[in-house]
Amino acid sequence: MGVCSFLLIGFWYQDPANGYAARKAFIVTRVGDTAFAIGLFLLYRELGTLDLPSIMVLAPEKFVMGANQPTLIATLLLAGAVGKSAQLPLHIWLPDAMAGPTPVSALIHAATMVTAGVYLIARTHGVFLQAPDVLLAVAFIGLFTLLISGFTALNQTDIKRVLAYSTMSQIGYMFFALGVGAWSESIFHLMTHALFKALLFMTAGSIILALHHEQDIRLMGGLRRQLPVPFWCFVIGSACLVALPPTSGFFSKEAILNASWQLPRYGPWFWAGGVLGAFITAIYSFRLFFLVFFGAEKAQPHEPKGWQFHPPLIILATLSLIAGWFVLPAGDVLPSSPAGHPPMWTIVVAIGLPLLGIGIAYQVYVRHKWQALRLAHWQRLRQFWLQGWGFDGLYRRLFLTPFTSLAQVNRNDIIDGLPTLLIQLSRFLHRFFSQLQNGQLRVYIATLASAAIIILALAISTVGK
Amino acid sequence: MQLLGIIISLLGGGVLALMMGHKSPVASRWLSLASLLVASIFYTSLWLDSTNSLSTSLWIIHTDWPWIERFGVHLLLATDGLSLVLIGLTLVLGYVALLSAWHEINHRCGLFYLNFLFTLAGVVGVFSALDLFLFFVFWEVMLVPMFLIIAIWGHEERRFAATKFFIYTQASSLLMLVAMVGLVLLNQQQTGLWSFSWFTLTQTDTSGSMGMWLMLGFYVAFLVKLPGLPVHNWLPDAHTQAPTPGSILLAGILLKTGAYGLLRFVWPLFPDAALAFAPIAMGLGVLSVLYAAKLAFAQNDLKRLIAYTSISHMGFVSLGIFAWNQLSLQGTLMQMVGHGLSSAGLFAIAGLLQQRLHTRALDQMGGLWALMPKLATLSMVFAVAALGLPGLANFIGEFMILLGVFQIEPWAASLAALAMILAPVYALVIMQKGFFGMAVGDKTKALDLNARELLMLGLLVVGLVFLGFWPNLIFTVTAAPVDSLIHLGKGG
Repeated sequence: MGVCSFLLIGFWYQDPANGYAARKAFIVTRVGDTAFAIGLFLLYRELGTLDLPSIMVLAPEKFVMGANQPTLIATLLLAGAVGKSAQLPLHIWLPDAMAGPTPVSALIHAATMVTAGVYLIARTHGVFLQAPDVLLAVAFIGLFTLLISGFTALNQTDIKRVLAYSTMSQIGYMFFALGVGAWSESIFHLMTHALFKALLFMTAGSIILALHHEQDIRLMGGLRRQLPVPFWCFVIGSACLVALPPTSGFFSKEAILNASWQLPRYGPWFWAGGVLGAFITAIYSFRLFFLVFFGAEKAQPHEPKGWQFHPPLIILATLSLIAGWFVLPAGDVLPSSPAGHPPMWTIVVAIGLPLLGIGIAYQVYVRHKWQALRLAHWQRLRQFWLQGWGFDGLYRRLFLTPFTSLAQVNRNDIIDGLPTLLIQLSRFLHRFFSQLQNGQLRVYIATLASAAIIILALAISTVGK
Repeated sequence: MQLLGIIISLLGGGVLALMMGHKSPVASRWLSLASLLVASIFYTSLWLDSTNSLSTSLWIIHTDWPWIERFGVHLLLATDGLSLVLIGLTLVLGYVALLSAWHEINHRCGLFYLNFLFTLAGVVGVFSALDLFLFFVFWEVMLVPMFLIIAIWGHEERRFAATKFFIYTQASSLLMLVAMVGLVLLNQQQTGLWSFSWFTLTQTDTSGSMGMWLMLGFYVAFLVKLPGLPVHNWLPDAHTQAPTPGSILLAGILLKTGAYGLLRFVWPLFPDAALAFAPIAMGLGVLSVLYAAKLAFAQNDLKRLIAYTSISHMGFVSLGIFAWNQLSLQGTLMQMVGHGLSSAGLFAIAGLLQQRLHTRALDQMGGLWALMPKLATLSMVFAVAALGLPGLANFIGEFMILLGVFQIEPWAASLAALAMILAPVYALVIMQKGFFGMAVGDKTKALDLNARELLMLGLLVVGLVFLGFWPNLIFTVTAAPVDSLIHLGKGG
């Protein structure tokens, strides 16, 4: 998966920036993978097997809940999941991975590959259930990723980057769900998200092509008249993303938020964070929607030739709408989610806030009122959020620069110094002693005479004793 | 007896190639190919015999003729599953190196093929000599022709590199010789018999500080060959300056003789000393892995980069050997074979690039994917093999070594696992600088692979993929020898 992702991201290899993005993806996910591997070694040492069904049976038996081993193992497995799913703190590769072709972004970086981390945690739930601290960490990571990438998405001007941060954010929701105990809902959200995110990406791709590879949303506008099919697809996709009723996303988000309210530790705080996340999601997705499809027309699109473009969009749109009505035949593979209902007002807020978000986006981006809210006025904050809260810079200073400068400084390998020293020493001795072999008779006689005198002196002195 | 056939056909082929070389270089090439083919026939027969009788006996003793009776030196050649696999690797790499030398070596061909086949014969001898004196003879036989290959047909700094290689190996071999004689004397004191035979000497009691010193003598010799920190310095120069077939043989098989020595001699002969020394050895292994990976990344010379990756991978081998359990040893074997194949592939590619572009400098390459798609694709395969991609042999080796080491020394395994992050850094930098990006300089003369080169690289890829998916091909043959070694090494 990692190698194919690498090759696909760097597909247009002539541009070194694409190659760099590809390598970044590979190496960052490798960091997670290494932790994952160490977790596997530990798991093997503790349970004696790497066979999943056996692990699920053995874990509750052999591990004491909250003890060191399951906590350590779960943490390492989590690290692997975090890397592959582009969650904090290993999330930096996903936005740059948008350098690849759009169908690649749609499939692997939105719908399938990046959800592998969620799948991993769900699959090994037996281990995670024995480590409740780690599950709390999962929820925290999910929540922070959800919020941070949501705020970042508010700023982006490249259509694919908005969707990339949105993906990161939604997967954060899935992690959040796993952490609060809504296992089946998390997987359900995974599946529905796959459908509508792929829809959004493919639609974005067809818009990009129609505008001759233009990806900057500030240069788009008013496309709803000229590109009707992408427009309606985007409507459906965004509605699903914001989880408006009666889309499938609505049901899963409801369940996730309900479960979060009921969490024994920090329940209401998590709920508040989740609702805030939904609010932000609504704002950034409809900001994107309004900027691209409403307003003055800034670019001249042309319909892409060929019949292949629209049918996939239509299929995805249909599936996004109806998939929610099918219950997953997952049986009791996953642990059951908390039952019980939080107070009514929480549900009202949870539904209302996204609608409020849409309204705000409408006011700011279509009616051009409330301009003070626009981030363009808050330059420094905007820059910070635009660059993903400075993680790239932090990692560069912490890891990249020290490593590359250390490598460069020692590129000739100081350990080689010792043999080189020996070589120089022997050359020196050679030069020194070869001066005695210079063919001059005087030197030979002088040496012979001095040596003879010294030897005689020594002989006499020892004889004398 | 087949082993004798292998060695004699290689030696004989070499001599004939030298004689024919004066009249016609083409004849000496074909003759070398013929001698390799004859050797392979003997080997196949040996393989069939071994896999038939392996359930009953571990060893097939080929020759046991008295040589220097006064001191118990015999011409003792024997093979078990372990040596069988390594001799197989030797022959495969012999073919690959021969294919790469086909048009690269154009002057004094006869002498070249003599050295080439003598090196192969020496390596086969090293893997099958069970008499310490004979082992030492083959150890030296392996060294001199390789020295000549580097010194005569190498690149700009060949004299320096060859001399460095020679001195490092000779100095360490001297230590091994002294230790060897010491061991035999020890055995003589204990049993009253003179014997250089491995079977006898493994029964010697080598506990105590004497055992530790003797073990260190052997260890240093094998460490230099492996190569491990801190005596690894000869490798970058030797590999960079050697001609392509020389690099293929060096990286592919000569390094494995060091690992074989550790497996066959250090632990079985000195179980207590090796166990006591293991933490230090594993630490050096981890250092090799990480330090060499960091150095690899900094290199601009492609062959030097690949040379450092060899040091890094062999660090894994050193780590696995000193963990001394079933998992880590099987992993070590797989890593040896996998690294032999993948690093031979990388050096072959480096050689092909140097032939076409007349440079090894990465900053002068770039954008080669468009010009040479087949070469680029195969480079990608070898690059991902080097970084341990699952599906190829190297992953199995690395993973099993780490899994095995983790049971003994979790921190060593965790640190070495960092190589999983560093390896992509250097491997992908090769792809990025060499093949991706825009073309630098005049590349119109770069041609894609021809049939012979495709065959050479294809052989290696097939091997890597096969073993990546069916490692049991090797594991079934080596399981029993590994068990017996473990038993010996635990002082049994």
